[in-house]
Amino acid sequence: MPEVFKLRVNGSEREVRAEGDTPLLYILRNDLGLKGARFGCGAGQCGACTVLFDGNAVQSCDTPLWSAVGHEVTTIEGLGGAERPHPLQRAFIDEQAVQCGYCITGIIMSAAALLAKNADPAPADIAAALERNLCRCGTHVRVLRAIRRAAREMRR
Amino acid sequence: MSAAGLPLSLQTTPRLDRWLRFNADGTVTAFSGKVELGQGIVTAIAQIAAEELGVEPAQLSIVAGDTSVSPDEWYTAGSQSVEVGGAAMRLVCAEVRELFLEAAARELEVSAAELRVRSGAFEVPGTDLRRTYWQLAAKVSLARDATGLAQPVPPARHSLVGTSAPRRDIPAKVCGAAYVHDMTLPGMLYARVVRPPRYGARLVALDEAALRAAPGVVAVVRSGSFLAVAAQREEQAVKALEIAQRAARWDAPPMPEQAETVPFLMGLPAQTSTVHAKGTPASGAARRFEAVYSKPYLAHASLGPSCALAAPEGGRLRIWSHTQGPHMLRGQIAKALGMPESEVDVIHRDGAGCYGHNGADDVAFDAALVARACGRPVMLQWTREDELAWSPFGSAMAMKIAAEVDAGGSIVGWKHELWSHTHIKRPGRGEGINLLAAWHMDPPLPVPPAKDMPLPAGGGDRNAVPIYDFPRQEVVYHFLPEMPLRVSALRTLGAYANVFAIESMMDEIAAALGIDPVAYRLRHLADERAKAVVRAAAQAAGWNPGARGDGASGRGIAFARYKNLSAYCAVVVEVELAEKVRVKRAVAAVDAGQIVNPDGLRNQIEGGIVQAASWTLKERVRWTRDGIASRTWEEYPILKLDEAPEIEVVLIDRPDEASLGTGECAAGPTAGAIANALHHGLGVRARHLPLTPERIAAAMD
Repeated sequence: MPEVFKLRVNGSEREVRAEGDTPLLYILRNDLGLKGARFGCGAGQCGACTVLFDGNAVQSCDTPLWSAVGHEVTTIEGLGGAERPHPLQRAFIDEQAVQCGYCITGIIMSAAALLAKNADPAPADIAAALERNLCRCGTHVRVLRAIRRAAREMRR
Repeated sequence: MSAAGLPLSLQTTPRLDRWLRFNADGTVTAFSGKVELGQGIVTAIAQIAAEELGVEPAQLSIVAGDTSVSPDEWYTAGSQSVEVGGAAMRLVCAEVRELFLEAAARELEVSAAELRVRSGAFEVPGTDLRRTYWQLAAKVSLARDATGLAQPVPPARHSLVGTSAPRRDIPAKVCGAAYVHDMTLPGMLYARVVRPPRYGARLVALDEAALRAAPGVVAVVRSGSFLAVAAQREEQAVKALEIAQRAARWDAPPMPEQAETVPFLMGLPAQTSTVHAKGTPASGAARRFEAVYSKPYLAHASLGPSCALAAPEGGRLRIWSHTQGPHMLRGQIAKALGMPESEVDVIHRDGAGCYGHNGADDVAFDAALVARACGRPVMLQWTREDELAWSPFGSAMAMKIAAEVDAGGSIVGWKHELWSHTHIKRPGRGEGINLLAAWHMDPPLPVPPAKDMPLPAGGGDRNAVPIYDFPRQEVVYHFLPEMPLRVSALRTLGAYANVFAIESMMDEIAAALGIDPVAYRLRHLADERAKAVVRAAAQAAGWNPGARGDGASGRGIAFARYKNLSAYCAVVVEVELAEKVRVKRAVAAVDAGQIVNPDGLRNQIEGGIVQAASWTLKERVRWTRDGIASRTWEEYPILKLDEAPEIEVVLIDRPDEASLGTGECAAGPTAGAIANALHHGLGVRARHLPLTPERIAAAMD
């Protein structure tokens, strides 16, 4: 049966009514209108749906709604927007590190989790942070460049 | 210029007011049939239009791929968008600028030669004489056909074309909603299609009542073997899909067993024809080389499963889709539903990466069927499994090349045979319907007969004609009309496999003769632009003709001119050979004629190299008698973010030459260069893709 859940998303208290086992992704997209988390596989294999739970990257497509209660959830919209982009969003624009872009918001969220803990990541650290993100268009080189650029900017 | 000399897009839509509209708010809208697929085309078309009109980029917006207003430019495909769509837009805007220039000259009582256009205004420099497009718009009728006679801005005076204008679509895509997937309409339902286990299946039993009783389910839509569920909430549609997958009983013929590509394809019935022949049989051939190469079926594997939004509005139907061909899709959907085309609108919205004919068109028709049945707007997205198992695949191919070499080491005879299905089964204007659900519904609509695209562009035989100057050449196409797997257009069509085979054979011969592969290619090339590209790649890569592979690393080169008509591209790669092949570095040189947006071009080349490296090293569609088996990312792995090479792209800009399509030019050369680098490093010639450790080990035996 549907129940009421109180969530904290992008710094605001939000209330939603749904089944507890609903993937968080659909709640974010359809109930809260936060479309930057995207459906890619439904199995946590591609990372297009990545959001932050208390600063840690999680795949929202296979994270149930009930498990989000009590955590601070951050989506790409919570990082920044076109008016005030996060340094990662700015770096992806500056490097034009997008082809179709469907994977990019998820990649940025994984990178945001990394950079919050490690301001000067080694290539192996970046690779490990992107372990659960895929890109099909082949934007790989630019993605890595944009993350390094954002890390530099954020260290300043 | 006669109408026949106009770019095809202008022959079809000659009226200027179908291409441009000056708005009351001081902006101008350009209408294009070429749509954004993540390749940056909307930005490139905007650069061309703003350049010719003499307006600021910010004054100009593009409406692309809306059948209610945009010109019909068929598909956004084949690396044709700048070549054809851009050329049409340039001529339209040049002509409109001239019409307004004349009007400004009349009003200001000056000669046109005294005027210059800047930021949308015609001005006499040093005076306050000035008229804007918008001031003149009421006096200049664009309800006239393009003549194509206006002179475009000379390349030397370009200030926008040739610059790396940032892509217009990127800020939204890194911030949130940006795709058709992200749209919502009041009263919208969420739907999923219940797919059969494999091709040719018939739905024989279903407990519809149980399905209707599932939470939130609004409709169970069934027509023959087409089955879909629509629900109030998306997760309810997903749960209903799971229930239906358990409840539905299907009757389906088994698929043939998967076998190695070469015997599998060569065992199918073929229609054989010689598609290219020149020269007479060589005499005095000293050596003969022959080898067979192959490429498996490949999946598009877009990161976001296909999606569409369909809304019935009165008797009309509006569909938002990430299709490559909105007008073609409209025609097919209208035909399949028995509606007049004029009552259907297809409006392009961005989707996940498009590399050819994927599930975009199919899902649009799926959504249309469900929306019509429900009488409400319906958002329908495919599952990951749908995308990997039901989208059309790129055909598997086998290539057999026989070459004859004279005593001096030059190739004098070349025969290229290929075995392939069609590479073009798009929803089009011919007979039958190329939409998945149309074959499943009751009554099913006929599948159009398999035909391939003829040369010079070619389908399976794209790039099978060697670009090298061999005196005797023959290309034989064993066309395979039977398709055990659903196939259609995937990036490059047959070019990826043909170039892989040709460039492998060039390398095999050069190695056997002890000649440097760069020098060997140059020896057989007559086209100076081709030679310049090969030299530029070798130079940028620091090519050392005498370098020997050492078992742990190697380097290779390959070259092609896409379609033998579009961009020239040479790629040098360096590979590291441990338990698997790792492409460490790739250097590409590209001649695409006049470059509209250098950074956009680099992005396309980089993406082409990475995607082709993924195809070449990892990818293969797998199936069993029960159906397609590669349905998840675990079963269909692609190149991971940390597995890509460093990439350097050298652009040879030729501003006075026509722009040449570039979106696909890097793929074939990348495959050839990887295989050649593998041989250079290990001394192993692997001829059957993908170059996995198992296949390389097999090639060693």
